[in-house]
Amino acid sequence: MKGPIRNTLKKGTTEKYGYLGIINFALILMAWSALAYSGLVSNIFLPTPVQVIETAYQMISDPAGDNLLHHAFISTARVAVGFCLSAIIAVPLGMFMGRLSSVRAFFEPLMGAVRYMPASAFIPLFILWIGLGEAEKITVIFWGTFFQQTLMVMDVAKNVSGELVEVSYTLGAKQLNTFKKVILPASLPGIIDTLRISFGWAWTYLIVAELVGANSGLGYVIIQAGRFLHTDVIFVGILVIGLLGMFTDLFFKILYRVMFPWLTKEGT
Amino acid sequence: MSGTDNKLVIKSVSKTFKTKKTDVTALQETTFDVREGEFVTILGPSGCGKSTILRVVAGLVAPSSGKVLLDGKMITSPGPERGMVFQSYTLFPWLTVQKNIEFGLELKKNGKDAREKEARRYLELIGLSGFENVYPVNLSGGMKQRVAIARALANEPEVLLMDEPFGALDAQTRTLMQELLLNVWEETRKTIMFVTHDVEEAIFLGDTIYVMTARPGRIKEKIKVDLPRSRNYEIKDKPEFLAYKRHALELIRQESIKAANIV
Repeated sequence: MKGPIRNTLKKGTTEKYGYLGIINFALILMAWSALAYSGLVSNIFLPTPVQVIETAYQMISDPAGDNLLHHAFISTARVAVGFCLSAIIAVPLGMFMGRLSSVRAFFEPLMGAVRYMPASAFIPLFILWIGLGEAEKITVIFWGTFFQQTLMVMDVAKNVSGELVEVSYTLGAKQLNTFKKVILPASLPGIIDTLRISFGWAWTYLIVAELVGANSGLGYVIIQAGRFLHTDVIFVGILVIGLLGMFTDLFFKILYRVMFPWLTKEGT
Repeated sequence: MSGTDNKLVIKSVSKTFKTKKTDVTALQETTFDVREGEFVTILGPSGCGKSTILRVVAGLVAPSSGKVLLDGKMITSPGPERGMVFQSYTLFPWLTVQKNIEFGLELKKNGKDAREKEARRYLELIGLSGFENVYPVNLSGGMKQRVAIARALANEPEVLLMDEPFGALDAQTRTLMQELLLNVWEETRKTIMFVTHDVEEAIFLGDTIYVMTARPGRIKEKIKVDLPRSRNYEIKDKPEFLAYKRHALELIRQESIKAANIV
């Protein structure tokens, strides 16, 4: 559990092999350009990179209601609210489930089952129950994130070394102290990692939510563009979502490193 | 019967672990006493239940029958008066060396200044002054175990329980750690119960060795080690030491053969 997390975060690796990632991007860009500029693939299906950039620029200059940044902001806000609501409940619940077998026995079977029901399948129900407003979008994101998040946090808490707990008892800690001073700090890196991974899923569910009955947001932009064969706009929408996802991932990675200096060996 | 100077009384303690298929008896009717300030080593082949007896004393495992008394009081749960050092590294990785040592003192609500002073005193005792603000990830195995010893001692326990604490260390480091532990013991005169499967270690450290049988574990023999203190590594070549070693090795061999036959 600890090993792979640490490996991906080793400073040396990202610096030493950073250029490889850039080469990969460059290759894809080249392949894309080759296909688009040679006319091998029609412009309707594959816009050129320059077209996409131009479209993006134009969309940023659009009037307020149609502005790309406006849509991006709305989407981000929806994801953030849905994700935070989910995390606020999932983290403590997962912790309790991980450490108290009675709580686990009560919740785990239900969550295990709901987790396999696709959140998108609930959308018609949510629309019937909640309507087409923001609450419905946020519910979809919440529903898609919450169960996985809880179960992952549960696993993190469950896997805290039993000997760390035991040693705290022999040092005079009682149950509550052990929870606060051992189980919680020992679980924190795993929790942050869970949040990082599940944030990616929250984005996925946002788009699902915005594909149905929305009139704003990046998902809405994409679905509208599809109707009018504006492939370049679809590209812009997808790329913006990718960028936002990348930034949040980076944010969590930096947070991880700042919060847990004790995970990194000095001089590596 | 147990006299008044007995710090720790282990009275016919048995422990049976129930698993789905079979019941495994790890300990059977184990009885012995530990005097105040005594360094007791418990020697036995692997899987003989020697760790179980230590965990029963620590209060981490409840005995199936029998009881353990510390200063005449029955042990029912873990407590700070019985400090423990494990074989695996159990420093809290998110705390610095200093904060690790202060862990128990903080639970006792000792003031910050007093805590820091105590921590520094024990850091000096284990020879790690200057490592106050280092995280465990940056320590070698031997250093981690030294800090673990300091953390247990800083709590001023009545007894120190050690479960093969040097088992994961290389031979050279292990010898140095044994000497360091003897120095610490001579300085603090703690009552120590030390579990090991290493015959030399058991003789070198102990006043008394309890040799255990193969599973189910019982006390096979009590050996009084009449070697002068303070001991250093040179004693390991002396004829008296070697005589103890021969005898203990023979006992362990018998039990290992028995254990191998069971499997």
